Amino acid sequence: MKTKSFLKNYLNYAIIALVAIIFTVLSLTGGTSPKEIYLLEKIAISIILAVSLSMVVGFLGELSLGHAGFMCVGAYLGGKLASILEPIIGNGILALIISVLAGGIAAAIFGIIIGLPALRLRGDYLAIVTLAFGEIIRSVVMNAPEKLFGGTLGLETPRFDKKYLFIIAFALVLICLAVTQNLMRSKHGRAITSIRDNEIAARATGINVTKYKLFVFTISSFFAGIAGVLYSYSNYRIQSANFDYNYSIEILVMVVLGGIGSINGSIIAATLITFLNVNLQTKLTGDLAVLQNLFYAAILIVIVIYKNAPALKTFREKYSLANLKKRRKEKDQNG
Amino acid sequence: MAENKFFAEDGREIVLKADHLCIQFGGLKAVDDVNIEIKQGELYGLIGPNGAGKTTVFNLLTGVYKPTAGRFFLCGEDLTGKAPADVNKKGIARTFQNIRLFNNLTVIENVMVGLSNQIPCSVPESIFRLPRHRKSEREYYERALELLRVFKLDEYKDYLAANLPYGKQRKLEIARAMATNPKLLLLDEPAAGMNPNETQELMDVITFIREKFNITILLIEHDMRLVGGICEKLTVLNFGTVLASGATAEVLSDPEVVKAYIGE
Repeated sequence: MKTKSFLKNYLNYAIIALVAIIFTVLSLTGGTSPKEIYLLEKIAISIILAVSLSMVVGFLGELSLGHAGFMCVGAYLGGKLASILEPIIGNGILALIISVLAGGIAAAIFGIIIGLPALRLRGDYLAIVTLAFGEIIRSVVMNAPEKLFGGTLGLETPRFDKKYLFIIAFALVLICLAVTQNLMRSKHGRAITSIRDNEIAARATGINVTKYKLFVFTISSFFAGIAGVLYSYSNYRIQSANFDYNYSIEILVMVVLGGIGSINGSIIAATLITFLNVNLQTKLTGDLAVLQNLFYAAILIVIVIYKNAPALKTFREKYSLANLKKRRKEKDQNG
Repeated sequence: MAENKFFAEDGREIVLKADHLCIQFGGLKAVDDVNIEIKQGELYGLIGPNGAGKTTVFNLLTGVYKPTAGRFFLCGEDLTGKAPADVNKKGIARTFQNIRLFNNLTVIENVMVGLSNQIPCSVPESIFRLPRHRKSEREYYERALELLRVFKLDEYKDYLAANLPYGKQRKLEIARAMATNPKLLLLDEPAAGMNPNETQELMDVITFIREKFNITILLIEHDMRLVGGICEKLTVLNFGTVLASGATAEVLSDPEVVKAYIGE
């Protein structure tokens, strides 16, 4: 029984680590194309974003639409720092680690600054404030002096050996996952979930609601910042237009599709959506590019209908993974 | 901090002293000049017709509302104006008229949330899974299970709170409140919506925890059988003011009280 729960708790780490190791071997032996490497980087970034946002949306129960804004802070500050560091300590792993930390911390500071006033608001109001924050950050960065952040042309970011970047990205995914999962499976996680379930009762039970809300908001923006730095390493040039509210919504879609309050669900949804998106972007080129968003939207609609439509309830139950497993077990016992 | 505790004439400590509590919402005086003194270990009833301001008194005593005038003291300490979480930490726990459980947490987790301030473990200790995390989690589990046993809920410990039957949800709410280790327990209509069997069971539970934990209880109730059965003292509210106050039997036979409840 104990090994079973151990497996259940750590299976997701194992799968992610396994995927990372397989592709590391492939990449070192030259078995991967740059496109696949790019996809892997994108997936790692999406997982970090989705898992960190799921802390706010899934566990704390607050709607934040500014995740891309925090990512933007990390991407620009981390990217800028990396290019400042380049002549001093070169382009190695040290510069990457320093800029990842700096980008994360910068985003976390913004998280506190925005969180302090914004978390007094509830529901839709918080969503609007965070949405506005994301857009403000984006336009500030765009209109900053060109020397600083490159203006509309975007900021040129340092290059890191493409062979290894995704490995670091996956290591960061594991760290993000460990922090989130350990936090949520502790007294603090219970307190955070209790705020989502019933804020008034949580207060009456002695939970410091404001403290926890601010904490979750901060740590979630910290990881968004880290994802941002990775993003700027993954692309040679970052433009503020990449971090618009559509991107925030996309991250939210990953969390919601994965299931509110499910970390593993967020990981799976992030992987699938990113896979879908990148493939649509690379497959549908030229005149067909206009269809990208159409296909993307259509697929999302199909998934949402499949997950929620009452008419499909029996079908879902019949073919859900949990039930298939259960039926097989019963079959084993009978036979 | 020097606390000037209050003592009653018979030498028992006064746990709760509400001193001229008032709250006004705009032009409406919802609670007007309410004085209550509850002695250590007492089971005190707060009754009154609908809209009399009973739950508002509870909200005042738990920091949900700030009184516009008056103060209240727990064991001599002035708690007026404190936030709900701080009032709870000082030792006042409550249940709600419309049950407020953490529905998506399991029964035992609900109680474990209640224990949050009892067993320390910092955020970094939890994130890095330091030894104290492991130790505290085990302690949380064991203490929560112990409490569930008291309320005979231990066999449901892994149910989601939302899936419990109504009567058990009420009991779980009391268990969660007790987990915060209060000096004073406020029960807001604990028997609302219960059938006679459940009410009887609830009365037994209240009597039992009162003896076991030596706790002081203030309860709001409409069920006169329950009030008459277990409360030692009563305060009757009507239109936000105290109509009568004193020993249960006397208050219930007071003609003013009968008039307020049944009419002339």
